[in-house]
Amino acid sequence: MDRIKKIDWGYLLRNYLVVFVAIVLFIVSSQLSDVFLSTQNIFNLLRQLAPPTLIAIGMLFVIMTGGIDLSVGSVVAMASVFTAHLLMTHNLVVTIVLVLLCTAVFGAVIGYLVAYRKLAAFVVSLAGMTIASGIAFIVSRGMPQRIRNDALRSFAVDSVLGVPILVCFALAFVLIFALIHRYTTWGRIVQAIGSNETAAKLSGINTNLYTVSVYVLSSVLAGIAGIMIASRVNIGSPLAGQLMELDAIAAVVIGGASLAGGNGKVLNTLMGVWVLGMIGNIMNLMNVPSYPQDVLKGVIIILAILLQMSKKGKDINSSSMA
Amino acid sequence: MDAEYRIEMKNMSKSFGGIHALKGVSFSVKPGEIHCLVGENGAGKSTLMKILSGAYRMDSGEIKINGKPVEITSPAQAIKQGIGIVYQEFELANDLSVAENIFMESLGKSAFVNWSKLNEEAQKVVQSIGFDINPRNNTGDLSVAYKQIVEIAKVLSKNVSILILDEPTAVLNDSEAEVMFKLLLKLKEKGVSIIYISHRLDEIFKIGDTVTTLKDGEITGVNPVSEMTVDKIIELMIGRELSDKYPKRVSNIGEECIRLEGFSGGMFRDVSFSVRKGEVLGLAGLVGSGRTEVMRALFGADKRLSGKVFYEGKQVNFPSTVKAVRGGLALIPENRKEQGLIPALNIRKNITITNLKKVTKLNIFNSKKESEVAETLSKKLRVKTESVESNVFSLSGGNQQKVVIAKWMNTDSKVVIMDEPTRGVDVGAKTEIYGLINDLATQGNAVILISSEMVELLAMCDRLLVMNQGIVKGELEKENFSEKNIMQLIVEEK
Ligand SMILES: Nc1ncnc2c1ncn2[C@@H]1O[C@H](COP(=O)(O)OP(=O)(O)OP(=O)(O)O)[C@@H](O)[C@H]1O
Ligand SMILES: [Mg+2]
Repeated sequence: MDRIKKIDWGYLLRNYLVVFVAIVLFIVSSQLSDVFLSTQNIFNLLRQLAPPTLIAIGMLFVIMTGGIDLSVGSVVAMASVFTAHLLMTHNLVVTIVLVLLCTAVFGAVIGYLVAYRKLAAFVVSLAGMTIASGIAFIVSRGMPQRIRNDALRSFAVDSVLGVPILVCFALAFVLIFALIHRYTTWGRIVQAIGSNETAAKLSGINTNLYTVSVYVLSSVLAGIAGIMIASRVNIGSPLAGQLMELDAIAAVVIGGASLAGGNGKVLNTLMGVWVLGMIGNIMNLMNVPSYPQDVLKGVIIILAILLQMSKKGKDINSSSMA
Repeated sequence: MDAEYRIEMKNMSKSFGGIHALKGVSFSVKPGEIHCLVGENGAGKSTLMKILSGAYRMDSGEIKINGKPVEITSPAQAIKQGIGIVYQEFELANDLSVAENIFMESLGKSAFVNWSKLNEEAQKVVQSIGFDINPRNNTGDLSVAYKQIVEIAKVLSKNVSILILDEPTAVLNDSEAEVMFKLLLKLKEKGVSIIYISHRLDEIFKIGDTVTTLKDGEITGVNPVSEMTVDKIIELMIGRELSDKYPKRVSNIGEECIRLEGFSGGMFRDVSFSVRKGEVLGLAGLVGSGRTEVMRALFGADKRLSGKVFYEGKQVNFPSTVKAVRGGLALIPENRKEQGLIPALNIRKNITITNLKKVTKLNIFNSKKESEVAETLSKKLRVKTESVESNVFSLSGGNQQKVVIAKWMNTDSKVVIMDEPTRGVDVGAKTEIYGLINDLATQGNAVILISSEMVELLAMCDRLLVMNQGIVKGELEKENFSEKNIMQLIVEEK
């Protein structure tokens, strides 16, 4: 006997509001411009959004522990410069391994200071931001550097079954991390730390180690994003990745995660990235100049967050103070 | 405006999703009356009071104060009606000082604060309940008992005509509660109406005029205290007689399991003792005696200055909680809200977090196994909930406590430290927990029990250690167990 489950719209709205926002935005955009729906534009947009997607995933897990990582934008620059530099003397595989190793160490240092030395994540990662950016400028001597590597180039331009590799790559990461969050102890523990670190620690969990792991992840994902960007533009530049940390934070928050930690969903974060991306894309298509674009984007971010809050408010009223 | 009742609540109903927490409850309190409200965990006591204090909105019903219908839609409105409440779970700002917490509301009203006067007044209020806490102390650093005192002081510093106390004595000793009772009786003389919720039923006979019993969201009796007995109240609460409150155990005490030597730290000095396999060791003492602190130091939650630990005769070291848990220790902490439960995780996830290995393979969860484990423990402890998928903070206070116990029953710990395990738990469920303690001991584990309830210690333990001001004042063997002997050791000069 078939029994159709009734759809609980209230639950869906509370937990996946950003999905609805993304759908609405998609429909509105397709009405505003004919170009928007073209395969070329969509794939271009998605390709463009691949690096921000990775960074946002890393940021999500950092934010889930109640922390923040402001250094990721500069880590992108560092990774892109390193890539260009190393490729002059090494092959691609070695280059990638070395770049990711560097970013992992960088993240581990930030994580160590946050977890074991109890420094504020905001301050540590802010310092990390200037350090990484400084390193990028030193190594590149402030100049963008051309990359000549066909393998890396094909990574950015090739497609599998019609879908750009970069896009497949980003979506695979989303899927893998959504599964990790849901089904592994690591995902559960990261969430527990952000929700009540004291209780997690008293449950016998090595909270410090997990906190470090989250910053390592964030840095490595930023490193991968840096390599992706280098492959897209064929240039290693100390100016790559600028302000990407802010877009990542905005995407995570639009995705419904609280900056206080303890909650968040990978899928919703992806939607957050797409919402931001679509806003930029449609304004470009409609020839809105860049400064008004910034203002509009900011306003839309605030609106999206207000919408999230009003939905959550109802929940909080009936479950807090219990 | 001489109404017969100060408060009249009529046909109060409240549901949370599918749970009917209150089903048409009527409840009235006269001026100058101490009205006790009792019932099992999850009966609806706190919910009824939260409606009165504006924290929850009722679904239907009517509230009259001094005979006049009123609508209470926010905490601010309740305060305006002269209602003061001490919630079961603390609502203190941990980063503020004790004095700032006590005078939180009046602080916002003036631009300048006379700090020395504020601190002085705060100290006075605290002293009036029989305690001494430095008003400049950071509230977050206080133990649960002191936090409770600050909560009580906070509401007593205000001029209220209706005073609601939701389990104010759950972590206090009888003698410590006594001073507060005197104060309540004084307020009663002044005409203040007091609603008193407690699972310590003997307290009802010390201060109560009337006792209302709630069961599953319905009233099962409103009686003058003078006509009741503890057994009658229990019957009204749980719908049956409770034959044996303290299940008996044949103790089978084996070899030494764990030994502490010369433990010293911020709040305790030179504490040494040992616990044997199959033994339940009780730690008695007043609030601030250092019992909790010694146990936290043993568990690696706090640093200690000196001291050695021996497990089965071999010296071991637990520098962190991770090592302690791995070494077979469990600590049921005193403060469930701050130290025990993780709000972002549901009941199932809270229960299994202490032993993830048991429900995972290669760090990947086996959902079926996990549900089974959580389900079994939740049933065993009779957690009252629709399912283990519910939010932990949607549970009533006593049921939250059961979840904290459940999460530690999920481990194979050899040394189980329990700090106020029955705090806020109803009489029936207490018996369950005592049964668990007995089981643990019978299986050959060492149990260390900290409790402010003297009868509990006397009934459950094989041996008692009495602490005061961070020092072990003496040890009592089973044959010398009595409240008098404990109190004597506490006050004795050394
Ligand atoms: N915010 C909430 N969301 C969902 N359910 C709730 C909420 N608050 C209370 N409940 C449910 O309402 C019922 C009554 O809870 P309440 O806290 O009033 O019990 P109580 O009598 O105070 O119990 P205890 O002695 O354990 O404190 C319980 O089943 C509880 O799970
Ligand atoms: Mg309650």
